[in-house]
Amino acid sequence: MSKVPVSYKRTDLQSDQEVKWCPGCGDYTILASVQSFMAEMGISKEKIVFVSGIGCAARFPYYMNTYGLHTIHGRAPAVATGVTVSNPDLSVWVVSGDGDALSIGGNHLIHALRKNVNIKILMFNNQIYGLTKGQYSPTSEEGKKTKSSPFGSVELPFNPMSIALGAEASFVARSVDMDRELTAQVLQEASTHNGSAFVEIYQNCNVFNDKAFEQLTSKEGRVANRINLVHGEKVIFGAEDEFAVTIENGEAKVVKRTDIDDSKIYVHDITRENPSVAFSLSRLSHGPYGPTPMGVFRKVQRETYNDDVINQINFAKDSKGAGDVDKLIRSLGTWNVD
Amino acid sequence: MEEPTLATDKKTVESIPAITIRFAGDSGDGMQLIGTRFTDTSALFGNDLATLPSFPAEIRAPQGTIAGVSSFQVQIADFDILTPGDNPEVLVAMNPAALKAHLHDLAPNGMLILNEDAFEEKNITKAGYKLDPRESGELDGYRVFEVPMEKLTKEALKDSEIKGRAVLRSKNMIALGLISWVFNRPLEDTVNWINKKFEKLPEVADANIKTLKTGYNFGITVEAFHHTYVVDKAKLPAGEYTNINGNIGLSWGLVAAAKLSELELFYGSYPITPASDILHELSKHKNFDVITFQAEDEIAAAAATVGASFTGKLAVTGTSGPGLALKSETISLALSAELPMVIVNVQRGGPSTGLPTKPEQSDLLFALYGRHGESPLPVLASRSPSHAFYTAIEASRIALKYMTPVILLSDNYVATGSEPWLLPDYKDLPSLSNNLTTKLNSKDGFLPFHRDMTTFARPWATPGTPGLEHRIGGLEKEEGTGNVSYDSDNHQYMTDMRAWKIANIANDIEPLELNGDEKADTLVLGWGSTYGGITQAVNRLNEKGVKVASAHLTFINPFPDNLGEILSSFKTVIIPELNTGQLIKLIRERFLIDAKGINKVAGVPFTAQELADKIEEKINE
Repeated sequence: MSKVPVSYKRTDLQSDQEVKWCPGCGDYTILASVQSFMAEMGISKEKIVFVSGIGCAARFPYYMNTYGLHTIHGRAPAVATGVTVSNPDLSVWVVSGDGDALSIGGNHLIHALRKNVNIKILMFNNQIYGLTKGQYSPTSEEGKKTKSSPFGSVELPFNPMSIALGAEASFVARSVDMDRELTAQVLQEASTHNGSAFVEIYQNCNVFNDKAFEQLTSKEGRVANRINLVHGEKVIFGAEDEFAVTIENGEAKVVKRTDIDDSKIYVHDITRENPSVAFSLSRLSHGPYGPTPMGVFRKVQRETYNDDVINQINFAKDSKGAGDVDKLIRSLGTWNVD
Repeated sequence: MEEPTLATDKKTVESIPAITIRFAGDSGDGMQLIGTRFTDTSALFGNDLATLPSFPAEIRAPQGTIAGVSSFQVQIADFDILTPGDNPEVLVAMNPAALKAHLHDLAPNGMLILNEDAFEEKNITKAGYKLDPRESGELDGYRVFEVPMEKLTKEALKDSEIKGRAVLRSKNMIALGLISWVFNRPLEDTVNWINKKFEKLPEVADANIKTLKTGYNFGITVEAFHHTYVVDKAKLPAGEYTNINGNIGLSWGLVAAAKLSELELFYGSYPITPASDILHELSKHKNFDVITFQAEDEIAAAAATVGASFTGKLAVTGTSGPGLALKSETISLALSAELPMVIVNVQRGGPSTGLPTKPEQSDLLFALYGRHGESPLPVLASRSPSHAFYTAIEASRIALKYMTPVILLSDNYVATGSEPWLLPDYKDLPSLSNNLTTKLNSKDGFLPFHRDMTTFARPWATPGTPGLEHRIGGLEKEEGTGNVSYDSDNHQYMTDMRAWKIANIANDIEPLELNGDEKADTLVLGWGSTYGGITQAVNRLNEKGVKVASAHLTFINPFPDNLGEILSSFKTVIIPELNTGQLIKLIRERFLIDAKGINKVAGVPFTAQELADKIEEKINE
């Protein structure tokens, strides 16, 4: 990623289009967080591309004064792959929702992560289909009553962090719309990561699924339930830091600090090659209920798809020389007719 | 036994203008390989030729069964031919199943070469014969030559390092050696090829060369084969030739198109028969700045191609019928966003998985209409392996010039068949223009949907270009600004404009040309891979004194401007297609004429004689 020393005001990143999400939607906060962060990111806006699929979140590109492509349902990671390999100098961001990324687009999500394509995927998780007016989504809790599940959903929801880690993602993080500071931090970490980044942002849909994240955003919940993951620090939480996370036999557990020796507390390390510990942390909650880890789960360096594609092309040019069509079409043997 | 050496012997050599040979055996018997070897040797010798490979969809269907039979037909000639021949005059059958599957095509008094070692009771039963066909009388009327191919192979390799069952893998070389003797083809080219192919396995190379020579020598020593044939060099237009199949021709055309447009090629694809070879071929040519993307599925292949197009690549995705269905929504996106893109569809038998290794022209209406909404786009078709090179360039030209997705149709016959191609010089190929821009096009900022009023194409500003940042997508866009618009007048205008833009391309394509008797009352109109069959049939009928002309469409949307005029100058229009009647619907609807169809969906192309007979029947109706 070539960087130029540019700095913008937040308004420089705002397009001239009127923002049309419902009043009170969590997307407004996320948009403001992203615009503020990008103003300071140091990348000139012609090099930034937002790609989206379908859903409320997918309108995001229209509001960013960058290049943007609003595509079709679920396919944004694949479209963004085409963008980034075609021009690796670009900073390519995918904005998606829980239905877009995990239902119709699940296949593209896991393969982009597996291949470590250099794109940053933001998944706004509101645990509901908003644009189609309120059906349960693949992250809705079991028993959820919606228009399409009047007797309650009978489906076990996905755990997005577990999916990303299981798909070999090299960067995995979680934030929540209300916490602009954490969102900015996570975006900063993601933007400097060379490779694919998956960021789940819990996002309140005040029309169809209001207060879904209350256990993490209310005054009491924020203190009681948020497990803030900080690289290099012991994982402790609670109003009086009375809880901690330990890893026992590969399994993450919440314990009272009075029950264990401090030396047993897990010290968060985002750079572990083996994703097992990060995965076990992702299993501490299955949805935004009770103690839930927030922040960066994993950030490891491995070769990116983009770099490998470009390296193969450069290697071919170095070893074979630049292509010559006249030679190519004669490469299978020729004969002359007089 | 000594290593066989080539001997020469007295033989009679009869000169013939053309011969059609079919090799048939189990799909593991190496029939495609020896067919290709014989073809390439004949090409280097200077014959004109055309080939028709045919193989089962299964990689290794049960041995000895009809389902597992694989075949390769080649016609070589000393004149300009357009088809791989009608009925083969020579059939090589490696087992009873191959005989059963192909005997009915063999021309009367044709030469039938049997691998006699495979005619055991078990194989005979497996092929569905009640009696040994060699004894039942059903081979009367053919010139039958029984050759102990397996015994000869074992003898030839008894001192080889190759042991056990692996020995018999070389038995196809007995057939190739023998056919090379009968048709006076030197072995050097194949010997060189074997040595190169098995450079790292010298014992395998040695075994194949030994059996090849053994087969050739069998011809020398067995009197039955002393009457041999030679097909002279063809009197083709002067120049340098190569032997090419349609998938390679199309791939090279895409590489050339990228160079001609000074863009880099992006090819997104998911493996599917029979289009995969395009992915294989293009992935070899990274030194041309070609990016090949093997996607997680068909949709991703198309979607990444849209992303590449947005980013300024010559963006191409390739597939076959079922994959085209999956790409449909993505193609509509490219159409709505007015992004240049080429979609290659190598047609096969459908619907569903259908006949994955057989040719059919049954995706034409799907290519034209298989999208939601009002979504016209240009559709063109390759008529032959070498034509695939030029249509790949033409499809790219149209996509880039008019900012539109373009569907390029090929089919299994074009894709896997081969023909000699008079090579062009790169410098003589046309350069391709595009709509890339780095400049603002209005004082109010960049307007991504401000059109060029000759082509109606919008400007192509790619990410990385300062000052031209813009957002587009699949929602309806306002003319000019490209902003999301739900305005009813604007949607009407944009729908009409998208259609007009494509219709207008009719002024920018080659007019339709007539072949044959231009003063005839009857025109045979075709498209795609039926070209060779139709043209040869019409030429044969003309020679016979039957008045008939033919014309072959490259563009099916839009039609060339002069099509209406041509159609109106004939009383009868006949449309042969490898489908149940698709072009005919378009012609009837557009020109209100009572065209007559000749249709077939049998997994094989029309032969020239079959078409000649049916055309004559229609004329006499």
